[in-house]
Amino acid sequence: MKPGSKLKSQVCDTEVMVIRAGAGQIECGGAPMGDDKPAELGTPNPDHENGSLMGKRYVDTGGTFELLCVKAGKGSLSVDGVVLSVKDAKPLPASD
Amino acid sequence: MNIALLLEMAAEAAPERIGLVCDGKSWSYGRLLTAARGAAELIRQSGVHYVALLDESSEAAVIALFGAALAGIPYCPLNYRLADEDLSALLGRIAPALVIGDAGRVARVAGSQGHTALTREAFVEKANATPVPDDAEHDFGEGIAVQLFTSGTTAAPKAAILRHANLLGYILGTVEFASADEDAVALVVVPPYHIAGISALMSSIYSLRRIVMLPAFSPEGWLALVESQRVTNAFVVPTMLGRIIEAMEKGATANVSSLRAISYGGGKMPIEVIHKALERFAGTAFTNAYGLTETSSTVALLGPEDHREALASDDPKVRARLTSIGKPIPTVEVEIRGEDGRALPTGEHGEIYVRGEQVSGEYKEKSALDSDGWFPTRDAGYMDEHGYLFLSGRADDVIVRGGENMSPGEIEDVLLTHPAIADACACAVPSVEWGETVGVALVTREGHDLPQEAELCNLVRERLRSSRVPEKIIVVSELPYNEMGKLLRREVRKYFEG
Repeated sequence: MKPGSKLKSQVCDTEVMVIRAGAGQIECGGAPMGDDKPAELGTPNPDHENGSLMGKRYVDTGGTFELLCVKAGKGSLSVDGVVLSVKDAKPLPASD
Repeated sequence: MNIALLLEMAAEAAPERIGLVCDGKSWSYGRLLTAARGAAELIRQSGVHYVALLDESSEAAVIALFGAALAGIPYCPLNYRLADEDLSALLGRIAPALVIGDAGRVARVAGSQGHTALTREAFVEKANATPVPDDAEHDFGEGIAVQLFTSGTTAAPKAAILRHANLLGYILGTVEFASADEDAVALVVVPPYHIAGISALMSSIYSLRRIVMLPAFSPEGWLALVESQRVTNAFVVPTMLGRIIEAMEKGATANVSSLRAISYGGGKMPIEVIHKALERFAGTAFTNAYGLTETSSTVALLGPEDHREALASDDPKVRARLTSIGKPIPTVEVEIRGEDGRALPTGEHGEIYVRGEQVSGEYKEKSALDSDGWFPTRDAGYMDEHGYLFLSGRADDVIVRGGENMSPGEIEDVLLTHPAIADACACAVPSVEWGETVGVALVTREGHDLPQEAELCNLVRERLRSSRVPEKIIVVSELPYNEMGKLLRREVRKYFEG
């Protein structure tokens, strides 16, 4: 998956931009994400329904994957079933 | 990755919110994005290789930056203060371009180069009027987003290249999306052809902080805009801050209580100016930002807490932090290296190297990065035991006297402690005996005479060492600075010739 690629959830409104990725399936709401939004949304897996937040960066523990959420939705982001966590961003004073 | 994402997200989250105010006109994020999409179509249809801006700050800078990005064409803002001949040469290097701004001047100095020139008004109008097909494909963002010509004080200006990945790396790594308060307003006064002018647009839009533009700086205009627009954040170069304080001392008044934060950078801040600023703007948080064009703006910061601590401390070492450029930001690595290219231990003077996603270090002709991705900034400096970085000038400005390297900055700092000296510049003067020796050009403070040469030499000898003692001292009415407040040392060097 190329950095800059956009992926859309098949079960909610979530959209992400890939910042970095390795081998593995990127999912939202428990279902693989795709290039296009389906005409009819599927149903999220109840175990993957904690939501995604716009502007947050989601990472795996190994640091292989980083996704920027560009549109929020109900599904949680995961890779191969393992839920991603929000990357801690230390707030910096505005410098420009 | 395309930097247009920043505006797209702002427009998605807050389409109606006012993102830009300039010349009394207001633009919502939604309208800015619509105009940028129209501009992209216009740019694509015109078949140009570059989109250039030859104009002061306005909405056209935002629309052109993101329009060019969506079209996948490099955006190249030009310094409108350049002489005709120099401007013509730069335009020749980016032909054919869509040039926005002073169309008459483009026709006059580069009429035969094949450019398409549009005035600001015509560009904005066309951008708004150009229909965008529903299935318009936007550039993926693997290429060049911005090309900036360096000021080129020594040779022909270099074309520094910033890729989408560099600029987005910087913004995503340092700015939290939609993090600005609803009433946050940033006053942008840096010209559009300066990296800080470009990064200000991107970081303000991504944080949803309204931009208010002041196209031509004057201290009075700046103060008036702070009051009337309830400005909360502002970036200034040291010369501007100096002039604002001078105007306030002479009686200019404005309600500046809305100002929560002032950041500064782009040149060395005189210690006297920052002291006065901290007193005058007692409720304002100050941040010193250090960065270069080639690093997509800020790589090190001296934050508000550091400023307060330094001001309140009795420890000379902590107080000295007001002259520091702070600590590297978390997403950037910094090393100080010696002439052999190896990292130096803490406290030793050398050249500052940086590495990180935002660091492009790339010119159109070649990349300056080493094989491990480190960029030699050509800035000389050191890091103290607490991780604070101190600049001592450009690596090229180092004076080499009989094999001993000395930085002009340390000599100047000592001379500036003398009450009669208002400004000082040390530079290398050719010497038969030593190769180079120290020459200093001084500006005396109003109402003071130049001290005896022996007195100044003793001051340097006592504080530093005898090799730093100036061999030649001259007095000038003022030192040459460029419009961004950068001291033109090479000009000063000429004073000692002949």
